[in-house]
Amino acid sequence: MPDRTGGVLVFAEQDGGKIAEVSLELLSKGRELADDLGQSLAAILLGHQLADQPRQLIAFGCDTVYVADDPRLAVYTTLPYAQVVSEVVADRQPEVVIFGASPAGRDLAPRVASRLRTGLTADCTNLQIGDHTDPVRKTQYRDLLYQIRPAFGGNIIATIVTPEHRPQMATVREGVMRMPQADPARTGEVVPVQVALGPEATVVRIIERVKAERKVNLKGAKVIVAGGAGVGSAEGFELVRELAHTLGGEVGASRAAVDAGYIARDHQVGQTGTTVRPKLYIAAGISGSIQHRAGMAESGQILAINTDPEAPIFSFAHYGIVGDLFEVIPKMIEAYKSKA
Amino acid sequence: MPYEMVVLIKQVPDTKNITAKAMNDDGTVNRSALPAIFNPEDLNALEMALGVRDAHGGHVTIVSMGPPSAAAAMREALMRGADAVALLSDRAFAVADTLATAYALSCAIRRIGEFDLLFCGRQAIDGDTAQVGPQLAGALDVPQITYAREILHLAPGRICVRRLIEGGTEVVEAPLPCLLTVVGEANEPRPRRAKLAAQFKRARTRIEVREAAAFQLDPEKGKPDPALLAERVNPILADLERHGLLIPVWAPADVAADPSRCGAAGSPTKVKTIESVVLVASEHKKVEPTKEAVGALIHELAEEHVFD
Repeated sequence: MPDRTGGVLVFAEQDGGKIAEVSLELLSKGRELADDLGQSLAAILLGHQLADQPRQLIAFGCDTVYVADDPRLAVYTTLPYAQVVSEVVADRQPEVVIFGASPAGRDLAPRVASRLRTGLTADCTNLQIGDHTDPVRKTQYRDLLYQIRPAFGGNIIATIVTPEHRPQMATVREGVMRMPQADPARTGEVVPVQVALGPEATVVRIIERVKAERKVNLKGAKVIVAGGAGVGSAEGFELVRELAHTLGGEVGASRAAVDAGYIARDHQVGQTGTTVRPKLYIAAGISGSIQHRAGMAESGQILAINTDPEAPIFSFAHYGIVGDLFEVIPKMIEAYKSKA
Repeated sequence: MPYEMVVLIKQVPDTKNITAKAMNDDGTVNRSALPAIFNPEDLNALEMALGVRDAHGGHVTIVSMGPPSAAAAMREALMRGADAVALLSDRAFAVADTLATAYALSCAIRRIGEFDLLFCGRQAIDGDTAQVGPQLAGALDVPQITYAREILHLAPGRICVRRLIEGGTEVVEAPLPCLLTVVGEANEPRPRRAKLAAQFKRARTRIEVREAAAFQLDPEKGKPDPALLAERVNPILADLERHGLLIPVWAPADVAADPSRCGAAGSPTKVKTIESVVLVASEHKKVEPTKEAVGALIHELAEEHVFD
C-alpha cells in the first residue's frame, strides 16, 4: 500500500483573480483533515499574473501554496489544468486532493482522477478521517478519507473509501463546508510550479465568454422564501417574491419548481442547488424531499406551508401551516406590515 | 460530410421511487426491483447526435454498460433512430465505479473503431457524479466539452460548442475527435418514430431469447435440456440477425478489456457503509391558516429577532 505523507491538497479555483468561495470553504475542512492526519495542508493555484492570491490562501490556512502561472492557464480549460495538477500531484504525492464541485471542478477532477488512475467521489457532504477493514480480505487500513455523500436520489447516505489508490480524491459543493477565518499573520511557503505544456494541451480554444454577475445571493441571505411545485406557475412565484421582498429576504425554489420552468435555476436550493443556512426558511408548496432538505436543514427556523398534511417537510419544520400558500402568504404579508 | 458518432447511454433505476425492499443487504441497490428508465440527459445526448446526422449525415452507434435488462434501453434508442447498438453486460463489469465504467466503455469504443464525436448525458440520475464522461474522454485521450448546450458549428475536424460555465456560458472550439457531455436544457428529445417502434420492439439480446425459450420449455424452473433449448433458440437468433434485430451483448473478452480493470476489481473506490436515510419526525408547532394564528406566528418570529 502506497505510503504517503504528502498531506492534503486543495485545488484553489480562481476566475479573474478572485478565488472561488468554495475553494476557501474547502481550506477549513482541509485544515481539519490535515490536522487529523498529522500532515500539512497545501493549495494548488493555476492562472496568469497572479498577485496576492497565494498569500490569501496562506492566510486562510495553507502551509504551502503551489503556484502555476502561465498565459495558457489564464482561463480554465480542461487539458492544461489537468496536466499541471496531475504533475504536481505525482510529484508531491498528497494523501488527499479535494476540489470544489463547481462546473470547472466537476470538469477537472474526473479528468485528473482518470490520469492518475485513482478514485474520486463527487458532491461529498462530509469528509472525515477513519479506519477501514476490507470485508472480504480483512485487510486493515488506518486513516483513510471517508467520502460521505447522499446517493440514489438522496434515499441513502454512502460512506466511500479509496483504500489502495492514491491520492484519495473528492469534490464538495459550495456552501457545504464553512468559511474559515483569515489570519493575515499566518506564514507559509509559496512554491512556483514549472509549467511545461506541449501544443496538444492547448487544442481547445475559448472563443467567447459571457458571464453575468451573480444576481441571487442565497448563501448570504438571512431570510429565504422558497416556492415549490405547489406554487404551480411562474406567475404564482410573484407572491413568493412579494413575501421575500417584504421580509427583506431572498427567493428560493425547489428543484421541482425550477425543472417545471417556474423560476430560474439560480434560485434552486437543495443538494444539486445551493446549500443555505438562513435564520428563517419559509417553504411554500414544497414537499420536502431529502435532496431539498440536504440544502436547507441547518436553517435557524423552518416554516412550512403545504396543503398536504402528510408532506415530509412537516417532519422537520419548526412551524407548520396546513393550508393554501395563496391564502396564507397574503396573511403573512399583512401581519408583517401591520406589526411594524 | 458524414460524422461517425457514438452515444453513451445508461438505463437507471428511477431514483424517485426507491423503497427499502429495493436494497440488498450489502447496501447496493437491487436494480431489478426498481422501475428502470432511460437516463434523462442521455436522451438529450442522443438527440444532439441525431441532430448532427440530420444536418450532415453520419452514423449513430449506442453503447451502454449495464445488466441484461438494459436491453430495453437499447430498443428505445433504436426506436428513436439510432443506427446500431451494443450492450456491455457481464458479471465482470458489475459493481463498477466511474473509473472502471469509463475503462470498459473505452474498450467498447475502441472495438467500434474510428469516431468523430462521442456524446454522453452530463450525469446519470442514480450516481449524479458527472464523472464517466470526462473519465471516458481521459481514457481515450480526447478533448472533452462538458455541459454542452448547443453545437454552433461543425466542420471536418472541428467543432464549436456553447457550454455552461459558472454564472454564464462560453463558446469553445475543439478538434475532432472529441467528447461532449450534454445538459438537459440543450434540446427537446424527439419521440419514438412509429415505424421504428413497430420494427424494433422485436429486437432482442441473445440472453433474452434464451431466457424466454427456457421458460417456454420448462415453465417451472426454466432449465430445459440444453439440446432442446439450442434447437429452439438457434433459428430465432438467426432470424433476428437476418433482420438486424439481434442486439449485440459484449463481455470483457469481446472488447479486449482487462478484467482486472473492470467491475469491482477495477474500482479504486469502495462503498464502506450505506445508511438508509431515516427521517426522524420531530415535533413542529402547528399553526392554523387563519389571520389570527398567522399574525401571532409573525409576531413570535419577530420577537426572536429572525427578521433583523
